[in-house]
Amino acid sequence: MAQAVAGPQTMVIEVNVNGKSYRSEVEPRLLLVHYLRDHLGLTGTHVGCDTSQCGACVVDLNGETVKSCTVLAVQADGAQVTTIEGMMQDGQLHPIQEGFWAKHGLQCGFCTPGMIMSSAALLRRNPDPSEEEIEHALEGNLCRCTGYHNIVRSVQHAARLMAENR
Amino acid sequence: MFPTQFGYHRPESVQEAVKLLQENPDAKVLAGGHSLLPAMKLRLAMPEALIDLHAISALRGVTANGAITIGAMTTYNQLAESPELRAISMIGEAARLVGDAQVQVRGTLGGSLAHSDPAADYTAIMLAIGAQLKAVGPNGERSIDIEDFFVDLFTTSLADDEILTEIVVSPPGGSVGTAYEKQRHPASGYAVAGVAAVIELDGETCRGARIAVTGATTKATRASAAEEALIGQPLDEKTIQRAADVAGQGLELNGDAFASEEYRRHLVGVLTKRAVSRAREDARG
Repeated sequence: MAQAVAGPQTMVIEVNVNGKSYRSEVEPRLLLVHYLRDHLGLTGTHVGCDTSQCGACVVDLNGETVKSCTVLAVQADGAQVTTIEGMMQDGQLHPIQEGFWAKHGLQCGFCTPGMIMSSAALLRRNPDPSEEEIEHALEGNLCRCTGYHNIVRSVQHAARLMAENR
Repeated sequence: MFPTQFGYHRPESVQEAVKLLQENPDAKVLAGGHSLLPAMKLRLAMPEALIDLHAISALRGVTANGAITIGAMTTYNQLAESPELRAISMIGEAARLVGDAQVQVRGTLGGSLAHSDPAADYTAIMLAIGAQLKAVGPNGERSIDIEDFFVDLFTTSLADDEILTEIVVSPPGGSVGTAYEKQRHPASGYAVAGVAAVIELDGETCRGARIAVTGATTKATRASAAEEALIGQPLDEKTIQRAADVAGQGLELNGDAFASEEYRRHLVGVLTKRAVSRAREDARG
């Protein structure tokens, strides 16, 4: 439970981000995306549209993907957060990162962290999605290079890699 | 973009939340936050405090005990996955038409109804079903018929110190079918127009019909002309077309930069036809 300190304007939160625990004093109005970027220096999570549309800021919050521009940092008190920085394990790219690399799933790369976080949620739920299911799952992630075709192929490639690793 | 300063409260019971609302008259209740937080970032809303309902576990989930009770903080995802709600097929189906995967994870049924956005989906769905709402205020709980709930654009009959807690729906009998059809705005996913239909069949005759429109009107509204065209008639293509033709009659429809009043009237007709046809199939089981 967040507790008020030094007047009503700041609160102390405890958040686990990518396996590391943080204790921070924040204003209630601080958005989760700004907490991750400005307070923790995790700038892989991007601010794109800032209006809950584009999905560049998608992170995993307690096992569900959220747009971190539309969640308050105080709402993540006590939560487990995974960002794009937490996807690589033991120096190895996550299979989804590998899929985007192998299938040219990015051009400018701005939308990629959000695309990868949303894809991870999809593949957890549905390890062998159809093209249509991938498109539906990534509806909330916009790519302004319009590289959607290769993004779908990247996720399909990742699904195959993950099936082989099981 | 970020909101103006506010105090943040996370009560663990409805009673505590109501007390906080009384103590903070300029507070807003925070549910899924996907309407309120964007409005606060744009400074269209500047509440002095937020009362976040996420820690009140009693407000989440679906229970069936004769009637089906949906907690106000039940998310779209939970609606889509609830086995209890399969008896009313449009409730689960429509969840996948709201926003995107991230909105469906955070957005809540109670939040949507209490916000009464003119382009929301579940306002029309719950109006067509004829839901009973439960709200808790300083004087305890009261029931609100959904017919009396939507007052105007972003306005409901909830008092300032009341919290919407439950949405109660009755599972329909065997010969009742439901369907929701919408024209999604291509960028936002909101309903440019949406039509929810609940159809009761007696053989091939339409015994009961409740049709509700969203997106095209300032608040979710029954399309009574379409209902009258259906009730007591054989539910064939001709009857459905006649209902579609009159669906926009008597409704005050909006026009804006995205869609003119005339186009929305056309959409209401087309979507009524689709929704009634699918509800008929659903009723036939």
